[in-house]
Amino acid sequence: MSPVLLPPARPALRATCGALRPGAPTMPAEAPAWSVQPGAQGPSLVLSGSWTVRGGGMTPFGADALGNEQGHGHALRVDAAGLKDWDSALISFLWGAKQAAAHAGLDFDGTALPAPAQRLLALLPPNPAQSAHPERHHPNILERTGEATLVGLEETGILSEMALQSTRGALLALRGRGFMRPKDLLSDIWNAGPSALLIVGVVNFLLGAILAFVGLIELRRFAAEIYVTNLVGIACAREISAIMTAIIMAGRTGGAYAARISTMLGNEELDALQVFGIPISSYILLPSVVSLSLMMPLLYLYGTLIGIIGGFVVAMTMMDVSPIGYWISTFDGVELKEFVFGFIKSFFFASFIALAACRVGLKAGRSAADVGIAATRAVVIGIVGIIAMDAVFAVLANALGI
Amino acid sequence: MAAPTPPSAGPANPQGAPTQTTPPAGETLIAVRDVTLAFGEKVIQRNVSFDLKRGSIFAVMGGSGCGKSTLLKSMIGLLRPTTGQIMVEGEDYWAQDEQRRTELNHRFGVLFQSGALWSSMTVGENVALPLEMFTTEPPDVIRRLVELKLGFVGMEQAIDLYPSEISGGMRKRAGLARAIALDPDILFFDEPSAGLDPMSSARLDDLILTLRDGLGATIVIVSHELPSLFAIADDGIFLDAVTHTPIAHGAPRTLRETCAIPEVTAFMNRLSSIPSSGPAPGQTPGKTEG
Repeated sequence: MSPVLLPPARPALRATCGALRPGAPTMPAEAPAWSVQPGAQGPSLVLSGSWTVRGGGMTPFGADALGNEQGHGHALRVDAAGLKDWDSALISFLWGAKQAAAHAGLDFDGTALPAPAQRLLALLPPNPAQSAHPERHHPNILERTGEATLVGLEETGILSEMALQSTRGALLALRGRGFMRPKDLLSDIWNAGPSALLIVGVVNFLLGAILAFVGLIELRRFAAEIYVTNLVGIACAREISAIMTAIIMAGRTGGAYAARISTMLGNEELDALQVFGIPISSYILLPSVVSLSLMMPLLYLYGTLIGIIGGFVVAMTMMDVSPIGYWISTFDGVELKEFVFGFIKSFFFASFIALAACRVGLKAGRSAADVGIAATRAVVIGIVGIIAMDAVFAVLANALGI
Repeated sequence: MAAPTPPSAGPANPQGAPTQTTPPAGETLIAVRDVTLAFGEKVIQRNVSFDLKRGSIFAVMGGSGCGKSTLLKSMIGLLRPTTGQIMVEGEDYWAQDEQRRTELNHRFGVLFQSGALWSSMTVGENVALPLEMFTTEPPDVIRRLVELKLGFVGMEQAIDLYPSEISGGMRKRAGLARAIALDPDILFFDEPSAGLDPMSSARLDDLILTLRDGLGATIVIVSHELPSLFAIADDGIFLDAVTHTPIAHGAPRTLRETCAIPEVTAFMNRLSSIPSSGPAPGQTPGKTEG
């Protein structure tokens, strides 16, 4: 067996990786050379020297080298008598020659070439197909605006429909006639609830502490330090804990939902569900939405409590008040309605995060890159959506005088 | 397409063009010595020994779950054998440090079962990446090398398409183009025909033979596609899933005709159960241990 792409023993390394080695000679003894000689039976392509990638053998075959050589029944004959080493470079060059010959109406006669080269060359078509460029349409700004509006409306509709399906599925499941497996629900509840306790706790504790710290310094100027209890309590209960917990869960659980569903899509797992007639809405959607919607309000309550404790710890070190006094002041200052407001918001945030993440996952492509894109989109949409929803809640609360 | 030529039949070139001496065909390229493969406590295969001869097409055969792919993984550096050696031209592969193993890996080309193309890159970029990483060639040379490799597998028109835009068979061929990007000495194929229609499968066999002859590569195929194995393989090993040991050595064609081990007979003749006749020791020339 002849070696080939760079004989003798290690074609690969010498042919292409050899260039990596610093100080390795870059030119072989004989540089590759070629010429086209006219002849009675057609032109011949005379090759000499070493045709290797590293030796500079990647010269293109000039399309005009055949000039006005035209002729029916004539062939471009390869004369390889002077050929030394060779590798992919020679094949690449000869492919160019083969194409040029076909273009000029000449046959290509490579019988004088080493047999391995002939076999490789036989694989290569004389008229390669044009590379297929998929249609990549670049719309103008009007088209894009219209498209975005339509997509936005459609997605809102789909999300609402999914919310409706989930509610219906949850009701069915309550009556024991749903497709949701309790095991899936429990594992989702575990992931969306208890396993998030640590991160939610740490973040809320620090936020409560920061609020108390900043508040104390400012309130001290008005001798109103004791109102730091109201500041921390109301801020945590009404806004901070609800939003921070939702943002954490959007990143933690929303991203995971989107990645999981888009991977299932890629593995044809969702197709399999559909074929069996198991509704994706109740099998995939429902456990995700229900678990997050159940757990997030509880996480919010926990987060608020931890946030207030964070404020309490800072207040104890910086201000002259008894622990009991601090807690009494907190209970006096923070009304129950703040908790109810935050609790309700949390439920809606959670439903939105879960629905949006599932929707993004279901809409994703089927490749590994698409899974990454889906996870990113789920988190971004989740966070932006939460903030936007919070603004709506603020306006509503103002109008209702809550 | 020509029938498989024995590796020793070096092409007699009337022009005598290439001057370098070819290493003797039949020389051992990879020697697997008493290799045991296991995941934790679970032994997949034990006492696997064979020689991979230069220029041959070596088949790793056996039923599903017998450890064919695991053996392949240990040869391409993805799974360290529990015991035993894998000698690549006399060098103990797993005794080398990671850098040396990577260098050795540059001599390997691997075609994974489903192509394993990187989904965020076009087909052309997939083939170009190893060239960009491990050579210092300028971009236009790399582009032409990529076109050449894709041309070998008949995929030159798909250079700008993403893996998600092409069919399974095309992905496999593109994976093959990527496997030969660095002109490897040894090509490993994991189930090359799986999921292909009979014609595509036959074409892939032809392509493998042509690449073996054209590139001078040695080929290891993990497969249970019998027609394909009979057509191209000229040596092989049969792994048994029950005893977790290799039970026969030899070319699939020879094993089909001469091997009397019931498991092998059943496999080679597509029998649905293992024939009841007991093993006939001594009748099988290629038999090692049972």
